[in-house]
Amino acid sequence: MLGVSNDPMHQFHITRAFGLPEWKLAGFDVSFTNASLFMLIAALLPVTLMTLAMQRRALVPSRGQSMAELLYGFVDGITTSTMGKDGKKFFPMVFTFFIFILTSNMVGMFPYFFTPTTQIIVTFAMAMIVITTVVVIGFYKNGLKFLKLFMPSGIPWPLYFLVIPIEIISFLSRPLTLSLRLFANMLAGHIMLKVFSGFVVMMSAAGAVGLLGSVLPLGLAVGLTALEFLVAFLQAYVFAILTCIYLNDALHPGH
Amino acid sequence: MDAEGAKYIGAGLACLAMLGAAIGVGNIFGSFLQGAMRNPSAAQGQFGNLIFGFAVTEALGIFGLLIALLLLFVI
Repeated sequence: MLGVSNDPMHQFHITRAFGLPEWKLAGFDVSFTNASLFMLIAALLPVTLMTLAMQRRALVPSRGQSMAELLYGFVDGITTSTMGKDGKKFFPMVFTFFIFILTSNMVGMFPYFFTPTTQIIVTFAMAMIVITTVVVIGFYKNGLKFLKLFMPSGIPWPLYFLVIPIEIISFLSRPLTLSLRLFANMLAGHIMLKVFSGFVVMMSAAGAVGLLGSVLPLGLAVGLTALEFLVAFLQAYVFAILTCIYLNDALHPGH
Repeated sequence: MDAEGAKYIGAGLACLAMLGAAIGVGNIFGSFLQGAMRNPSAAQGQFGNLIFGFAVTEALGIFGLLIALLLLFVI
């Protein structure tokens, strides 16, 4: 199972976990795959950690509790700074997305572990949840005034012929960009790591001189791994902040 | 020219999209640092805007990268 493969795309292949048999439901393949396994881990791990951390709610927090409070305060800062007071209601949604994406990105950084966010359907499903919420909340809260989102105020009226199509296209591309950004960043990062580690293996197989030369790509791979950890956090943060900005459009359109 | 060669040329050309994204992202962080050096006390409050601008700019480069990856590994 741990055979070294030189194909950089091999790590993204979906296989059935633990050699489980194929499960069918109404003609669809609903097998428990490695993607499902790591998504389950990414969902259960933060829930368990948060529950354990908040078990003993002390006035002077323990280390675990202050970590949980730090995370809460961090996401709370994002929601209130972009959406204001109305944003409190959307805190659970933003927090869930942030923690789930952060955990799945971080879990994927372990060798031989699968990264759920490198599957476009996972990120696209999350992006569609965000955009559907934006559209539903926008029309529910503002009625047809929500369409003012496409009509920015304070510009001369002939410009509307130009601005409205641009605004509509930019709104329609939001689910695409939101999902593709996360997906492509994680995919490209993991491919890059794999390719650079491949250099190490190839050079060290070439003999004594190659073994000396392989120090260089090895150092680069270590640096890239550190960069990947940064990207893993940054992409979760970007997803959360963009979710807040899009929700802010639904709450206060026409800015 | 056979289809296989054209595929690789296309993938290389698609990577040019990242040139624009690189210039844009560099501009954003450069301008942010310029502003932050002038008024460091206001820099903290603009971090969200910085990341938002970075994300929006980077998305266009990512599209190019995606086309390259699709050409190399999928088609």
